Amino acid sequence: MPKTLSPTGTLYRGREGQWSWVAHRITGVVIFFFLLVHVLDTSLVRVSPEAYDAVIASYKNPIMGLGELGLVAAIVFHAFNGIRVILVDFWKKGPKYHRQMLWSVVGLWAVVMIAFSIRHLSHVFGG
Amino acid sequence: MATPTIETPRSGRVSPGYSRTPGSRGNFEMIAWLFMRISGAILVVLIFVHLYVNLVAGDGITGIDFGFVAGKWASPFWQIWDLTMLWLAMLHGTNGIRVIINDYAEKNSTRMWLKGVLYTSTVVIVVLGTLVIFTFDPCPVIDGVAHVADYCPAP
Repeated sequence: MPKTLSPTGTLYRGREGQWSWVAHRITGVVIFFFLLVHVLDTSLVRVSPEAYDAVIASYKNPIMGLGELGLVAAIVFHAFNGIRVILVDFWKKGPKYHRQMLWSVVGLWAVVMIAFSIRHLSHVFGG
Repeated sequence: MATPTIETPRSGRVSPGYSRTPGSRGNFEMIAWLFMRISGAILVVLIFVHLYVNLVAGDGITGIDFGFVAGKWASPFWQIWDLTMLWLAMLHGTNGIRVIINDYAEKNSTRMWLKGVLYTSTVVIVVLGTLVIFTFDPCPVIDGVAHVADYCPAP
């Protein structure tokens, strides 16, 4: 036994409520760090057209293409789940249906991501 | 005997042991909470259109280059669109990271340093992005060499 008391676990209540909150945090952090990089890469338009085109070219290779898929997946989840959070907070029946709303979020996310993946990967892999 | 008063939940009384910021901060946290919901709802529209126009429509990511950006920012509509997106997304993201730092960094000094770095980055990125949108030149002359594009005047 450790001498000092420390939390032995950080699982709260699990299930849809906690895990959607965890996923919302992780996707939020990922999106924020991409945003910092994205403003910096776009700022290269003020350096020279060649500098911008060179960096944007790196976004078009297949590995980055898969990264963009992950980024869009994070954004779409964060967006849909964010709407769910707003409904939980402001809609009278929101808390009652928060689980059903999470599965709607996951379902909508899957539909959007299937469509986007087909489109984006065909651009990246030259379809 | 007087009836004991039981204050309503969230009435502002927090046991001193749980208070990390001594003194009142007014209703900043409530405004921040509300801002996250309002900016979030607007950002869903702004970013989904941004992603559609840049990654889905036309040639998608393969069509993005300097000329693509020049074409968009030739219109005040997309300048304002991108400016609004920049400011709302940065403030929304910064507040989100602020909440996460408050949740996980237990030492006062750690929180102070992390938030110092966060706020500095936010100011730099927002100022930089804003300047780029408003000082963008679609036909720059670099070291005496004019950029060649069909939308630029012939040198």
